[in-house]
Amino acid sequence: MMISFESVTKRYAGGRDGLSEVSLLIESGELAFITGHSGAGKSTLLKLIGLIERPTRGQVLMDGRNIGRLPRRAIPAHRRKIGMVFQDHKLLPDRSIFDNVSLPLIIAGMSRRDIEKRVRAALDQVSLLGREAHRPEMLSTGEQQRVGIARAVVSRPKLLIADEPTGNLDPALSLEIMLLFRRLNEVGVTTLIATHDIGLLDQLGGRRLMLDQGRLAADLQAH
Amino acid sequence: MGNFLIRHAQSCIAALGKLCRHPIGSVLTIAVIGIALALPAGLSVVVRNGEAIAGNWETARDFSVYLKPGVSLASAEKLRDELAQTAGIAKVELISADTALSQFQATPTYDAVLAVLDDNPLPHTLVLRPEEAATTEAMTAIADELTERADVDLVQLDTEWVARLNAILDVARRSIWIAAVLLVGAVIVIVGNTIRLDIQHQRAEIEVAKLLGATDAFVRRPFLYTGFWYGLVGSLIALAVLALSLLLLSDPVARLSALYGGGFQPLGLDRDGAFTVLGGGLLAGLGGAWSAVARHLADIQPTV
Ligand SMILES: Nc1ncnc2c1ncn2[C@@H]1O[C@H](COP(=O)(O)OP(=O)(O)OP(=O)(O)O)[C@@H](O)[C@H]1O
Ligand SMILES: [Mg+2]
Repeated sequence: MMISFESVTKRYAGGRDGLSEVSLLIESGELAFITGHSGAGKSTLLKLIGLIERPTRGQVLMDGRNIGRLPRRAIPAHRRKIGMVFQDHKLLPDRSIFDNVSLPLIIAGMSRRDIEKRVRAALDQVSLLGREAHRPEMLSTGEQQRVGIARAVVSRPKLLIADEPTGNLDPALSLEIMLLFRRLNEVGVTTLIATHDIGLLDQLGGRRLMLDQGRLAADLQAH
Repeated sequence: MGNFLIRHAQSCIAALGKLCRHPIGSVLTIAVIGIALALPAGLSVVVRNGEAIAGNWETARDFSVYLKPGVSLASAEKLRDELAQTAGIAKVELISADTALSQFQATPTYDAVLAVLDDNPLPHTLVLRPEEAATTEAMTAIADELTERADVDLVQLDTEWVARLNAILDVARRSIWIAAVLLVGAVIVIVGNTIRLDIQHQRAEIEVAKLLGATDAFVRRPFLYTGFWYGLVGSLIALAVLALSLLLLSDPVARLSALYGGGFQPLGLDRDGAFTVLGGGLLAGLGGAWSAVARHLADIQPTV
């Protein structure tokens, strides 16, 4: 899935600009890290892609379609095409791992039998097969984040976005999670990750988009 | 299509399962629905029986015309033939003074009294049976006309209180409708409030579902099914409460009925009534759920 921003500005109620005049192009299958200081606009950029926020000016295009203009009722279908991973993973605490990971498929209306196969495959990808019956609280923080990733990829989206997926993890776990994202990217999923963790990025490669006060300050291609 | 139905069935069963897992709140809500529906339904059963009683008396609304003493049998017979031709009157029976006397003589109590009298003190009497379709007004008019006549002593018309009973039943019927509408309204509010609490309780879950691309219909569905179950189980409870109440009343009602010579059979809730209770319950359950969902689900937008 290809994403392009064309002079996108997001002004929040209250007058602060989350993004100003950002233009960029992310090719299908690319792995890109979004970096920048706190408040630079990393989350804002991802929220515009997930239609959690709408651009104030400019266009956000996905495969050529201006998603900023999608009507409200088209938002669910748009989100079903994207896998989203969150810093606090947003798992449902009173549901099993299986139920958590299967939720996107249930929302998509998949049959029970196919759901079971898909969930197992997704849990296998994050090395958590066999933990289906457990609840999130019975898993370590890193494992919980991996469940969040399994949930994001279970419906096999062509685009994966993650907002500080390693924000709560120690360096070793962070690297493990990032390597997991890279593996997922290698099978063709366009992957966009917002992160503070610049030290980690040197070990990972990938493109780096650096934001500063809502503006695109640097765009370093992978070496 | 098959998938669609399966998803609905799953959602429906899941909603029931959830009610069973959180029994206390559900039981309270369902009990309130049951009582609120049983009340107007019970009153309507009372009115139905009232109607049956009034109906019984209406068919027996004969009235008696007592002629003055000294009016000859011949003129009594003439009057009878005349009245038999009158519109609204189905049948006229003449009970002559002699017949009446022999009837009384057959009764031991009166026998002694009559024995001390020389003359027959009883007048000739005409018993008029109105036609089925005859209105109370028409009968009253005929009665008034008869009272004016010189040879008529007394007209005994007993329909007045039947008319009053009917008027009272009209008031009761109308009151029950008003009460039913108000109570169903109250149930809508109660279910709406219960579901609103459910929605608040599941806020996190709803946000996550919306983030993962759930449509409004998907998020709404379990709450509407919860309302459906409240309505269904609540109205079944109402019917059970009603059946139990009728059972408790059956003895005294049987005694009352016996006092009227078994003239009327006590009635329960008929099929239409039962369906009305069921319909009212479902309307209130779904209506309450819908009102809560319409007002509170849109507020929940995911924040990240
Ligand atoms: N909902 C909001 N309402 C108003 N202002 C907002 C809102 N969300 C973000 N902002 C502002 O927009 C700017 C960019 O915020 P954003 O969350 O995108 O930064 P970030 O790069 O993700 O920061 P962090 O690394 O701390 O997560 C900040 O100045 C922030 O205060
Ligand atoms: Mg952020």
